[in-house]
Amino acid sequence: MTVTISPKIKHETPSIRGNVRGYAERVRGGDMGALPAVFGLVVLCTIFAVLRPPFLTAGNFANLLTQGAAVTVIAMGLVFVLLLGEIDLSAGFASGVCAAVLAILLTGEGLPWYVAVGAAVLTGVVIGTVIGTIVAKLGVPSFVVTLAAFLAFQGLVLLLVKGGTIIAVRDETILAIANKNLPPVLGWILLVAGVAGYAALQLLRARKRAARGLSADPLSLIALRVGSLALLSGLAVYFLNLERSRNAAVVSLAGVPIVVPIIVVLLLVLTFVLRRTAFGRHLYAVGGNAEAARRAGINVDLMKISAFVICSSMAALGGIIAASRASSVDPNTGGSNVLLYAVGAAVIGGTSLFGGKGRVLDAILGGAVVAVIENGMGLMGYSSGVKFMVTGSVLLLAAMVDALSRKRAAATGLR
Amino acid sequence: MTPVLELRGIDKSFGPVQVLHDVDFFAYAGEVTALVGDNGAGKSTLVKCVGGIHPIDSGAYFFEGRPVHIGSPRHAAELGIEIVYQDLALCDNLDIVQNMFLGREHRRGIVLDEDTMEEMAAKTLESLSVRTVKSIRQLVASLSGGQRQTVAIAKAVLWNSKVVILDEPTAALGVAQTAQVLELVRRLADQGLAVVLISHNMNDVFAVSDSIATLYLGRMAAQVKTADVTHAQVVELITSGRSGDLGLTNGATA
Repeated sequence: MTVTISPKIKHETPSIRGNVRGYAERVRGGDMGALPAVFGLVVLCTIFAVLRPPFLTAGNFANLLTQGAAVTVIAMGLVFVLLLGEIDLSAGFASGVCAAVLAILLTGEGLPWYVAVGAAVLTGVVIGTVIGTIVAKLGVPSFVVTLAAFLAFQGLVLLLVKGGTIIAVRDETILAIANKNLPPVLGWILLVAGVAGYAALQLLRARKRAARGLSADPLSLIALRVGSLALLSGLAVYFLNLERSRNAAVVSLAGVPIVVPIIVVLLLVLTFVLRRTAFGRHLYAVGGNAEAARRAGINVDLMKISAFVICSSMAALGGIIAASRASSVDPNTGGSNVLLYAVGAAVIGGTSLFGGKGRVLDAILGGAVVAVIENGMGLMGYSSGVKFMVTGSVLLLAAMVDALSRKRAAATGLR
Repeated sequence: MTPVLELRGIDKSFGPVQVLHDVDFFAYAGEVTALVGDNGAGKSTLVKCVGGIHPIDSGAYFFEGRPVHIGSPRHAAELGIEIVYQDLALCDNLDIVQNMFLGREHRRGIVLDEDTMEEMAAKTLESLSVRTVKSIRQLVASLSGGQRQTVAIAKAVLWNSKVVILDEPTAALGVAQTAQVLELVRRLADQGLAVVLISHNMNDVFAVSDSIATLYLGRMAAQVKTADVTHAQVVELITSGRSGDLGLTNGATA
């Protein structure tokens, strides 16, 4: 290597071309990011749309969103644990336990919805604290701890719902989450507010950086980002605002499902935590090099425990959404394929199983892939057996892409 | 001139094994002090005592002439003592700025103040005349060995530190990168820092150091001006603890 003598450290002025080039370099170097998920989503949607035209209807689109919501929310929490290179296999049944707590308090005790939701989330916090403490302080591998918890929580759900009965959920507010829609006008208002807010933040940041002489994103790039966000979300809102009811005169069914803005808010909050706070920075650091983080004065144990707390709390929210969608809680809530779909969603979206790499948005993209497979194959009339095998293959494929890209990154010196 | 760092009669044992015997050590501002010695001579232990990782059993520790008691690595860092370990302790998945401020991030409220951190990192790298990195927002994973060493050193001097201890900074580097890092080491001293350089490479030691401290089996054989000794003398000090008039008297050797 030669010593390059230049008067100043070069700031590469970011431009659309520069960004595209940088992205292409990263992908070639093995950092695929969300590319496989986006690619898979496009391919899957095309296939299903061609083979089964009903797949593309507004009704099915709304259905798909509420179908995938619970898994996606659990996957968003799993990202935090995966970032540290740990795993939480109990997230599925943890969501079941929290949903059972919710249902018992609502239906059994007749408490108001906010008390029940608070108790469910608190249950998640307690679960995460216990698991995280065992992993961090005792050093038991998270795989084993959460596998044990997986079994134990499966039993706990059974005990809570008294040996296999079904607890119905009748609370209007809880039911609305996954079954009701925003008024179409409100959908548009939220969309405009969201896009305008995003644009304002981007512009403000660029201006502030430019004022301090730091490299700032050019207007063209910001316009492109804001434009694509507006286009995609605009299309989605337009679609969802179409009348989906077969008999609109009797009951109108239009608007964005309420669960969608809930997920968007969770995405914004969690992304803010990961990208803009010291806590998030330290999570990445622990996942990248725990020893370096420890020497930098970061409390590694505390970071681990908090990651598990966030994961289990998100699982609780996922459980609430699942209870809302099913209008009931039974011993299988959060069971069977929920956990594997959630882990699959996070990994398919591009979160690394080796830690240190991942975004909350990944979980949503991966969750969309999982939901599309589930939904599309259902429309095609395939049995659960085939669905499981396909989803399993996709998860394996995603894990292989993760491992391969890591190898490639090591070869090109990117990791 | 009072040394920035002065150790007098340091003893350190791990159980029944006494690793350091009555060690004296000085490091002056604006100078590079090389710390040499064979494997197991006690270099790492001495550095860890300085950095507060190991408490000393007995002896006196002066910082800028004042006696201090270093209880923890954090305490040492507060005084302005930074150690760059051989493994560098960088996170591959974070960029240069994020690594330099790891654990000591600037924030406004709860939000990270990225702009200030970026400015400070750029200023520090510039003051060290580091020009080999393309962008300070590059991931550390994409840096070469010499660049990583540079980032680790820049991280150490970011905090107005007064003493920077480098543990074998050139051990894993090629010829050109070694020259670059040594140049950086010299520049640190020229900026008024007390630099302690641990090295096995005599060429490196003679290229940049002002004085050489030689440990032999846990004892300080000699701390001498680099200009006053030859290559051969230092090698003799490392291997046998004495060289002519220099070094340990026979009775003192273990």
